[in-house]
Amino acid sequence: MKILIVDDEKDVEMLFRQKFRKEVKSGMLELAFAFSGEEALQVLGSEHPPKVVYVFSDINMPGMNGLELLENIKQQFPHIQVSMISAYGDLQNYEKAMESGAKEFFTKPIDFTTLKAEVNKLIERHN
Amino acid sequence: MNLGFILLILLYYLQRSMGPIEVSQEWKRIIKGGMAVAGILLTIAKLGIGYISPLAGMLNFILGGIIVYVTIRNPELQHRKGMIYAWLPIMAIMVLETITEMISSSLYNSLEIYFESAGGFAILWAIVMWINNTKQRKALEKEKQKALEKEKEYKITEALKTQLEKQVAERTTELTKQKNELVKALDELKAAQTQLIHAEKMASLGELTAGIAHEIQNPLNFVNNFSDVSTELIEEAKEELASGNQEEAIEILSDLKSNLEKIMVHGKRADSIVKGMLLHSRSSTGQKEPTDINELADEYLRLSYHGLRAKDKSFNADFKIETDDSLEKINVVPGDVGRVLLNLINNGFYAADEKKRELNQKGVNDFLPSVIVKTHATNSGVKITVRDNGKGIPTSIQNKIFQPFFTTKPTGKGTGLGLSMSYDIITKGHNGRLEVKSKPDEFTEFEIFIPKNES
Repeated sequence: MKILIVDDEKDVEMLFRQKFRKEVKSGMLELAFAFSGEEALQVLGSEHPPKVVYVFSDINMPGMNGLELLENIKQQFPHIQVSMISAYGDLQNYEKAMESGAKEFFTKPIDFTTLKAEVNKLIERHN
Repeated sequence: MNLGFILLILLYYLQRSMGPIEVSQEWKRIIKGGMAVAGILLTIAKLGIGYISPLAGMLNFILGGIIVYVTIRNPELQHRKGMIYAWLPIMAIMVLETITEMISSSLYNSLEIYFESAGGFAILWAIVMWINNTKQRKALEKEKQKALEKEKEYKITEALKTQLEKQVAERTTELTKQKNELVKALDELKAAQTQLIHAEKMASLGELTAGIAHEIQNPLNFVNNFSDVSTELIEEAKEELASGNQEEAIEILSDLKSNLEKIMVHGKRADSIVKGMLLHSRSSTGQKEPTDINELADEYLRLSYHGLRAKDKSFNADFKIETDDSLEKINVVPGDVGRVLLNLINNGFYAADEKKRELNQKGVNDFLPSVIVKTHATNSGVKITVRDNGKGIPTSIQNKIFQPFFTTKPTGKGTGLGLSMSYDIITKGHNGRLEVKSKPDEFTEFEIFIPKNES
C-alpha cells in the first residue's frame, strides 16, 4: 500500500521513514513524498492509475495550499483518501477540509500514535 | 524829536527777541541798565536845570555813540544793525545841530534850512529802512514759524517712534510667547512621533506573533518527534542486537545520529526565531553587527508569510527567495533591516492579495499572488529586491509613499509610518538607498542598497 505525504518541510520525509520503519521494511507500506501541492499532483498523475491510496497533506504551504490540493485530488482522483495535517488547528480550516472531503484532520505537532493507528487501519483493510 | 527818546526806543528793541533770535540774558541786563541810564538822562534833560541839563544832553550823545558802536561791532546784536542804520542819520543830524548851536547861534541859523531838509531825508531814510527791516523781520518770523513747525513735526515723529517701539516690544513679547508655544508643540510632536514609532513596532510585532508561533511550531514539531522516534529506534536497535542483526543495529544507530543532528538544527532554528522576535521588539540601539543578509531575508520572508496566513485563513500566496551565495556578511542593525524587510514583504503580500480579490470579483480565479525576494552582492555592498505581482503603485503617488502618514490602506489598516520608517532606517541608519519601481496592475519592486564597510 502506498501513501503520499505532502509538506514543504523536507525533514518530514526522514521523520516518517523512521516512524514507519518496520512497516516499510516488512513491505506492507510504501512511502512517497512531495514538497508542494503542485509536486503532489505530479506524483499522482505520473502513474495510471496512481498506486497511492492515501494522502497526508500539510495545509500551509507556499503556492498551492493543502486545501486546494485536497479539492484537486477529490476532483481528479475521487477514490484517493486525503487527511490534513496543519499547525493551524482552527475551526475554519477544519470545516473547510471536512466540507471538501478530507478523511481526518491532524494538528501539528503530529501525534504519531493516532496517525499510526490510522495508517494501520488502512493497512489492515488493504490487505 | 528828542535823542533820549530815540535811545530808549533803540534799547527797548535791542533787548527784545526778533523772529527766532533771542538776546542772551546777560545782554538783556546790560541793555536794561542802559535803558535806566537813558531814562534818567532824559528826565534830567527835560527838567532844564542850569548846566546839568545840557550836560545830560551831552551824555545822551555819548550813550547813543556807545549803543551804535556796540550794536554794530557785537556779533550777538548784528540782527538789529538795520534798526541802528535807520535811526543813525536822524541821530547824526541831531548831534550836528546841537554842536553847531553850541558853537554859534548865528551859524546855526544860517545852516538851519539845511538841517531841516537833511532831517527830512533822514526821516525818509528811516521810513525806508523801517519798511526794509519789517520785511526782514517778517522773513525771520516765518523762519521761526517753520522752525516751530519742524519742532512740532519732530515731536510727532518722536511720539510715533515711542509708540512704534512700544508696539515692537509688544509684538516681540507676543512672538517670543508664540515661539515658546511652538517649541513646546514641537516637543510634544516629537514625543508623539516616538510613541507612534513604538506603536508601529508593536503593531508589526503583533502581526509577527502568529507567524512566529507557526514558525516555532514547525521546529518544535521536529524536535519532539525526532527525540520520540529516537527512543523507539534505541529499543529497535536493542532488539536487533539481541537477535544478532548487527548490520541492522548499526544502520539504526546512524539514523539515531542524524536524528540528533536534526534535533540540534531545529532547536537552533527555534532559537534564532525567538532571537529575531526579541530583536524586533527591542528599540533599536543602533548597534551594527556583521549580518548574513540572506538568512535575515529568508527568516523575515517566512515570518511575514506565516504571520499573514495566521491572521487571514483565506490568504494564500507564492513566495520565493533567490539568494546570492557569494554575498558576504554586511554590517547592519539586524533588527532594523529586518523590520524594513518585513514591512516591504508585508506590503507586497497585501498588494498582491488585493489584486487577487479584485480579480476574483471579476470572475478571474487563476491569479496567484507572489512575492519574490532576491539578494545580490554588488561591488559596493548588497542589493535586496522585494517584488510582488500586485496592483502596482500609480505613478502619481510614487514620490509620496515614503512620506510619514501616507497610506492607501483603509483607515485602521495602516499607520502610514511603515515605509517612512523603512526609508529612514535605510538612508539615515545605513547610508543606503531605498527605491521603488512599479507598473500599475503588473508589479511593484522595492530595491534596497546597503553599502558595506560601514562601521
